[in-house]
Amino acid sequence: MEVRIEGVSHRYGGLQALDGISLTVREGETLALIGPSGCGKSTLLGIVGGLLQPSTGKVLLSGKPPADCLNPLTYVFQDFALLPWRTVAENIGLSLMPHGLPANKRQERIAAILVLTGLGEFAAAYPRQLSGGMRQRVGLARALVVRPAVLLLDEPLSALDAQTRELLMEEMLAIWAQQRSTRLYVTHNLDEALRLADRIAVLSRRPGRLREIVEIGVPLSERSKPDAAPALAALHARLWTLIRSEAAEADREVVNA
Amino acid sequence: MPERSETSRPVPFRGGGFHYVPRKAVPWIGFVLVLTLWQALCSFGVISPLFLPSPEAIGVALWRLSESGAIFSHLGWSLQRILAGWAIGTAAGLLVGLTMGIFSAARSLGLPFVSALFPIPKIALLPLLILWFGIGEPSKIAVIALGVFFPTVISAYTACDSVPRNLIRMGQSFGLSGQTIVSEILLPGAMPGILSGFRISASIALILVVAAEMIGAQHGIGAFILSAGNLMQTDQLLAGVVMLSILGLLISFILGRVETWVLRWR
Repeated sequence: MEVRIEGVSHRYGGLQALDGISLTVREGETLALIGPSGCGKSTLLGIVGGLLQPSTGKVLLSGKPPADCLNPLTYVFQDFALLPWRTVAENIGLSLMPHGLPANKRQERIAAILVLTGLGEFAAAYPRQLSGGMRQRVGLARALVVRPAVLLLDEPLSALDAQTRELLMEEMLAIWAQQRSTRLYVTHNLDEALRLADRIAVLSRRPGRLREIVEIGVPLSERSKPDAAPALAALHARLWTLIRSEAAEADREVVNA
Repeated sequence: MPERSETSRPVPFRGGGFHYVPRKAVPWIGFVLVLTLWQALCSFGVISPLFLPSPEAIGVALWRLSESGAIFSHLGWSLQRILAGWAIGTAAGLLVGLTMGIFSAARSLGLPFVSALFPIPKIALLPLLILWFGIGEPSKIAVIALGVFFPTVISAYTACDSVPRNLIRMGQSFGLSGQTIVSEILLPGAMPGILSGFRISASIALILVVAAEMIGAQHGIGAFILSAGNLMQTDQLLAGVVMLSILGLLISFILGRVETWVLRWR
């Protein structure tokens, strides 16, 4: 499915968070949304996910969802948002609850997604027993088990250490190659965007405006190969010049609240 | 390098401390020491037994009272009142408190009443309750229920507030109904706060049962302690106090077990 964001603006009281964002996430691609902190990227994701109402503008979904799709649009959260009183399998089952599947269908789906995300032996564990990486795999599995058409990822790797992040990037690429979906990926990490995205949308800071959309010419499967390094490094440099001054501004800001 | 090694010395240790490490024997030593001192002061006549009876005398009084079964009969009366009052106050308090935790309108309506009525020492209402319900059991149970009600309301809605909002947003993002969010996310998330509220309300129930029994009762630990005082039987009086201490410990032990079972996911 395709996501069309049309003229979305958002105000929090007197603060203009987003200003006239229009962009399309194409069927089957990963669009990374990057920008300095305070550019409203999470706000935009919240609006796309139906958790926030935009002040003006709208978000449209078009196209056909996959055959076994229960929920066209699901979320992966930065802080995992797992229920500590539920086991891994029960946490994954939570997103199936509103769909009234018979028990055997539910178990089937959970079992399949546990395998896909490498959580098979952790089904009965509680979140507190798991590492951050494993917790985010549960978050991912919970979002994928309903077979969404669109996956919204809100800085999914930001709470993880560098090595775990690397492992999860590899796994996400493998999962996306197997399960077709459209992804909107919010991050402040350029390397993550350059590794995972097909295109990168750069937002400006307060009010968040769309500055540029950059197409990464290198296919996803080649990104970690040495041959791709010069092209990616050039892109990295170009994106960093776009963001740098505003990131510095965000860094120096004193919050009066 | 060789001349350096001449002046080399180990890094001095400067960490450690400022961390509670339980010392197993110390509590027992302290306990025995205090009891021995107390006993000695009484035995050598420094303290008059009427003023403060010796530990031995209290022990003997406790033994006689349990042999005759008198103390257990009083204990039974008190326990009955605590259980009835606490159960009614907790049930009503949870109902009101959770409603206030879930619905903004209910919170806005209830908050002024709770703020105004919570600070009243509920024992002050006993005379009124006696006028309403008579001198018997209902007025005592009512004063305990009232005393338990308000702290339970407050702990229930603050427990709802303490459930991380991101968990609720997560539930919404997966299309869970409001009912499911309440039963699967809000209530389990509020459980730790509700259970720690139980500890507070149980101790309030214990205070109020003694106070109510001292005002108008023939049976119950409070009545027993009062009449022992009137007869200057300080050994019996303190035996009753010891029973209260044991009762308090027992209640908190039971609540602790309930907590570890309900919150076994922690």
